[in-house]
Amino acid sequence: MRLRLTQEEAAFREEMRTFFTTEIPEDIRENVRTGRHLGKDDFVRTMRAMNAAGIAVPNWPVEWGGKQWTPLEKHLWHEEMQLACVPPPLAFNAGMIGPVIAHFGSQEMKERFLPATANLDIWWAQGFSEPNAGSDLASLTTRAERDGDDWIVNGQKTWTTLGQHADWIFCLCRTDPEVKKQAGISMLLFPMDSPGVTLRPIKLLDGTFEVNEVFFDNVRVPGENLVGEVNQGWTQAKFLLGNERVGVAPVGATKRALATAKEHATELGVLDDPLMAARFVELENELLALELTALRVVANSADGKPHPASSVLKLKGSELQQAVTELLVDLAGPLSLASDSETVPEWAAHTVPTYLNFRKASIYGGSNEIQRSIIAGTILGL
Amino acid sequence: MDFELDDEQTALRDAVRGLLKGYDPATNSEHRREVTAADPGYDEALWGRLAEMGLLGLPFAETDGGMGAGPVELALVAEEIGRVIAPEPYVAAVALAGGVVAALGSDDQRAELLGELASGERLLAFASGEVAEPVVQGARAETIIWEVDGEVFVVDRPADVTAYRTHDGGRAARLQFDRSAATPLGDGGDAREALVPVFARARIAACHEALGAMDSALRLTTSYLTTRQQFGVTLNRFQNLTFRAADMYTDLELTRSIVTWATMVAADGDADVVDAAARAKLQTVRAARRIGQEAIQLHGGIGVTDEFSIGHFTSRLTALSHWLGDGREQVALLSGSIADHGVLDPLD
Repeated sequence: MRLRLTQEEAAFREEMRTFFTTEIPEDIRENVRTGRHLGKDDFVRTMRAMNAAGIAVPNWPVEWGGKQWTPLEKHLWHEEMQLACVPPPLAFNAGMIGPVIAHFGSQEMKERFLPATANLDIWWAQGFSEPNAGSDLASLTTRAERDGDDWIVNGQKTWTTLGQHADWIFCLCRTDPEVKKQAGISMLLFPMDSPGVTLRPIKLLDGTFEVNEVFFDNVRVPGENLVGEVNQGWTQAKFLLGNERVGVAPVGATKRALATAKEHATELGVLDDPLMAARFVELENELLALELTALRVVANSADGKPHPASSVLKLKGSELQQAVTELLVDLAGPLSLASDSETVPEWAAHTVPTYLNFRKASIYGGSNEIQRSIIAGTILGL
Repeated sequence: MDFELDDEQTALRDAVRGLLKGYDPATNSEHRREVTAADPGYDEALWGRLAEMGLLGLPFAETDGGMGAGPVELALVAEEIGRVIAPEPYVAAVALAGGVVAALGSDDQRAELLGELASGERLLAFASGEVAEPVVQGARAETIIWEVDGEVFVVDRPADVTAYRTHDGGRAARLQFDRSAATPLGDGGDAREALVPVFARARIAACHEALGAMDSALRLTTSYLTTRQQFGVTLNRFQNLTFRAADMYTDLELTRSIVTWATMVAADGDADVVDAAARAKLQTVRAARRIGQEAIQLHGGIGVTDEFSIGHFTSRLTALSHWLGDGREQVALLSGSIADHGVLDPLD
């Protein structure tokens, strides 16, 4: 057992901290710090700065810009980014389609897409969920049918996050309706401005637009845009979803949000209230236990296999993330009603929209009920 | 950072686990029932075996008759004891009373008291206050290490002792301090400051004992869910039950992380051990309550019977949660420093 970081690890951490606090434009970090909604430009400038420094896509193969970092180094990279209020590299690019293309794609496809994906020259949308295929993804019905060398895509995706900014979509389509549902799925890539693609934004509870419906009406996709083999889509989707072990729990961002809440509580003079102090203590302690669990997972993941405890990270991580948004609403008290006001402090005006928005955290990325099913089934053998 | 045991520590854990295997109430509930039914409430033959293995002197210096091991080794023994809820007063005698002697005792006192504790010849108990209650194994211990107003004394067990059974099958007593019979431990004088880290280390060891008990409680519960049949199927077919077991697992793993970290802080000789112990204890108390309650609920009626072992785990967890500082005390302590930092950083 060893408590401390090694000298090399500590130096790595310092290097990351320096980069994120000095090389990412302050206006972007201020937007994150204040809880404002981020624009496309905030993501693009951040990811390009990171890509220029060679740290945008550390999980990719080295020849495509990846780093041979240890799981702990990846963890430190991710934590320091969050603590410095830096928006992470776009997940659809860095965490999802990039690794899939690098693993399953042809050499030609890699050369065509990977550099542009790492630099966010292409903004990708994730075409997975459908109205009747959410947690039960394998039930998807968007179909792709052969027409010569091309594919013709018809159907609908939904919950397409930030699809309004997207240039391309990676889309799971049913290519064989006759076989077991997992065995008849393929992944296609096509531009969002292809004829027959229609995007309809979905307004969320907090008034913002984060997710979209995307409709496909006879969209023609060249055969070369198929990732890997036909009917390999489910394997690719599982690879994609299982790929991101690091950063599955938003520890750093939640720590920062709690620290910010503490500043507001101090300004308001309520941190001396034993009830409020106790709430901070309990939450901070659970967050510490979560962070230490994340460290346990990254420090002791043998042979690339996920540590069993990793399954609790998403579950508990989203619960604590939500708990901090609740705490902020309660701190704002009656001021939280003034969500559109410019006369109350900006943080207080943001509290309820953020609270409502973050109910999503226990739903997306495999809902917490799915996480419990995984724990019960694969770890506890129930 | 590395949370895993090294080879020697793993070997020690396996040896302790092997020794305690026959005492597991899940497979041999009769033994624990018999032992806890009669005074002194623990198995003195097993205590002797713990002494033979060197476990009763584990954390003490070799010159004091100990093994010179650290908090990690102490922790893994405590965890194995918790795993089978053995009623042996290991943490009370070794980590707490022995820890106080190791911190404050003179050379002669350490050699005598710790040497005889390690060999199994003498049981130590720790008491606090003029009237001390409940003192764990206060009626059985030959020697009481007694703190009164910050001063610590060595006292032969008083003749007049009110002893009783505790809800978890253990024994405790009410003791009246007699200054005329007391010898100062070490130089005497106010030792409050020196005691704080000793209590912290004992608190962390107790958390490990609870961790072992929680681990077993979950394992027994999942085993029950996969064997007990109702409505023609095993209980694990009911999602409302398996989801609750998943939440128990989440509680357990978060607790394991923070308690193990606290032990590493202690092993580092870090001054932050007091803070770390409070954090470990707070998480342990919260998890122990949820896991203890759910373990009984998921067993149904047999969970509240004396005959079935699961309820005894809940009883033991409740005892450990309220001994050496409860949740309220940890929250009060940590509230005092909540404004001292922005984010908590376990890596600094």
